[in-house]
Amino acid sequence: MEELMDILTELHPDVDYDTCTTLVDDRIIDSFDIISIISEVAARLDVQIPAEEIIPENFNSAKSLWELIERLENE
Amino acid sequence: MLFTSYGFIAFIAILFVVYYIVPKKWQWPLLLMASGVFYWIADPRYLIFIFVTSLSAWGCGVLMARINDGQALYLKEHADTVTKDEKKALKAKNKKRKWHILLACLILNIGILAVTKYTDFVIDNINNAFHSGLHKVDLIIPMGISFYTFQTMSYIIDAYRGTVTPERNPFKLALFTSFFPQLVQGPINRYGDLSKTLYEPHRFSEKVFSMGLMRILWGYFKKVVVADRMITAVTMLVSDTDTYTGAYVFVAMFFYAFELYCDFTGGIDITIGIAQALGITMKENFNLPYFSKDIKEYWNRWHISMGSWFTDYIFYPLSVSPRMLKLSKWSREHLGKVIGKRVTVYLAAFIVWFTTGLWHGAAWNFIVWGLMNFVVIMISQELAPLYSKFHKKFGFKGKSWYTVFEIIRTIFLMSLIRMFDCYRNVPMTFKMVGTMFTRFRLKIFTDGSLLKLGLTKYDYIVLAVALIVILSVSIFKYNRGEVRTKLYEKPWLWYGAMSALFIVIIVFGAYGIGYDSTQFIYNQF
Repeated sequence: MEELMDILTELHPDVDYDTCTTLVDDRIIDSFDIISIISEVAARLDVQIPAEEIIPENFNSAKSLWELIERLENE
Repeated sequence: MLFTSYGFIAFIAILFVVYYIVPKKWQWPLLLMASGVFYWIADPRYLIFIFVTSLSAWGCGVLMARINDGQALYLKEHADTVTKDEKKALKAKNKKRKWHILLACLILNIGILAVTKYTDFVIDNINNAFHSGLHKVDLIIPMGISFYTFQTMSYIIDAYRGTVTPERNPFKLALFTSFFPQLVQGPINRYGDLSKTLYEPHRFSEKVFSMGLMRILWGYFKKVVVADRMITAVTMLVSDTDTYTGAYVFVAMFFYAFELYCDFTGGIDITIGIAQALGITMKENFNLPYFSKDIKEYWNRWHISMGSWFTDYIFYPLSVSPRMLKLSKWSREHLGKVIGKRVTVYLAAFIVWFTTGLWHGAAWNFIVWGLMNFVVIMISQELAPLYSKFHKKFGFKGKSWYTVFEIIRTIFLMSLIRMFDCYRNVPMTFKMVGTMFTRFRLKIFTDGSLLKLGLTKYDYIVLAVALIVILSVSIFKYNRGEVRTKLYEKPWLWYGAMSALFIVIIVFGAYGIGYDSTQFIYNQF
């Protein structure tokens, strides 16, 4: 989770990822950010997020994103 | 059959009556028949194309469903014995089988779209490049092929991804593909959204029906009172490029921005309104696009169904494909983190905007239009940190005057890029835009020149009032929500507004001797 927080903070340092649950809905992160996150996650955590998992519910908060990563790791 | 023809109005009026009279289980088959008639009237040959698309998507969906069912049954029957690795291997094998089915469906349908729409464009380019004398084939282009192909491909990709359950009834899928209001100019509906209400039985509801009717009237108001009134002036301005230079180009730019807005959003209002009157919910295709503060926001508000299609089915899959991730890794290692992390995103965005341009039409002006969007988005993306520093220092962001400035800037920029759509010729567009800066004469605004563009003083007054009405409705929506919802709270206001709108369309619609309403601009795409 720490690594993911680092990735997100590097992208938008002023966002409070502990509380924010509307990252996509409020356009805090856009499609370019999502691709940056996915590339970083692939490079640093060795988890590949497929296109069908790119839905707002998975990217709206750091927690939901981490849950997605854990689910993909266990698959 | 044009949306604006009397024939079409009679067609939907009869449909509305029959739809609510027949037994509820016959409603969706009736819509399928109506869609067939609508398409047959346009050109009976079109039916063959849409039939092939629909049948192939249905067949491929059923094959995928069989694989899913077989897998589920096997895993259920062998729940106690199957190991995690075996389960993984089975899923991988089935995914590969489904991938082959998907690929076949995509190749067939994108192939049909490519051949019908782009063959002459390819021949043209070959002739230009090699000075060959290949003859154009002049194939028929079925109405709405870009829209229904993309819509059907989204269905089959979603079925492959497992986000929708494949439709087993071929007639139901045929209705999803061919539902007539969306055939003219979209929106590109998703099966997961539209199927929720498309096949359901619908009881007549005065509220739902009159809401739909009001939306249809609002669409006609924008189309026949504004867009059709402006088309003569816009056509004149962009056709005679010797006369209409300088400030005229500026006028053409804003006239076209207003015309296109009213034409496209008006058409979509009619489409969504017809669906709503039938009890069917379609997703919105616009969300106050001319209130956008930057180009990225604009593309989240304008032609939303197209933008999200390209994002979901091209940009994301391309960006996260193993090859792109490999390229991303390589570029980070060799080009440094700053440039490296941009390579794949920008490459995917370039491909998306190139394709978006090509989707709009088989011509270089559309491709250049797409790439101009790409360039502006990339520049604003790169300047974002600079903007952020600027705003932190001066604190302009969020102030009303600055928001208005951002909105005007975005409208200007988008209208400027759209000139490639107007002049239909890339060098000519650059030349004409150039004259805006070299031959700009304010005199045309005061010497009566603007009254020689096929628009009288009366037309300008109608357009100005229409602009004020549309702007007021938009500002209301921006601050307080849909005007329709508020009006409906008071019946006298609701029916008063509906009657007024109807009278305005009849009285101020751009009719008259020799009037011939035009097809929607987006119909050609």
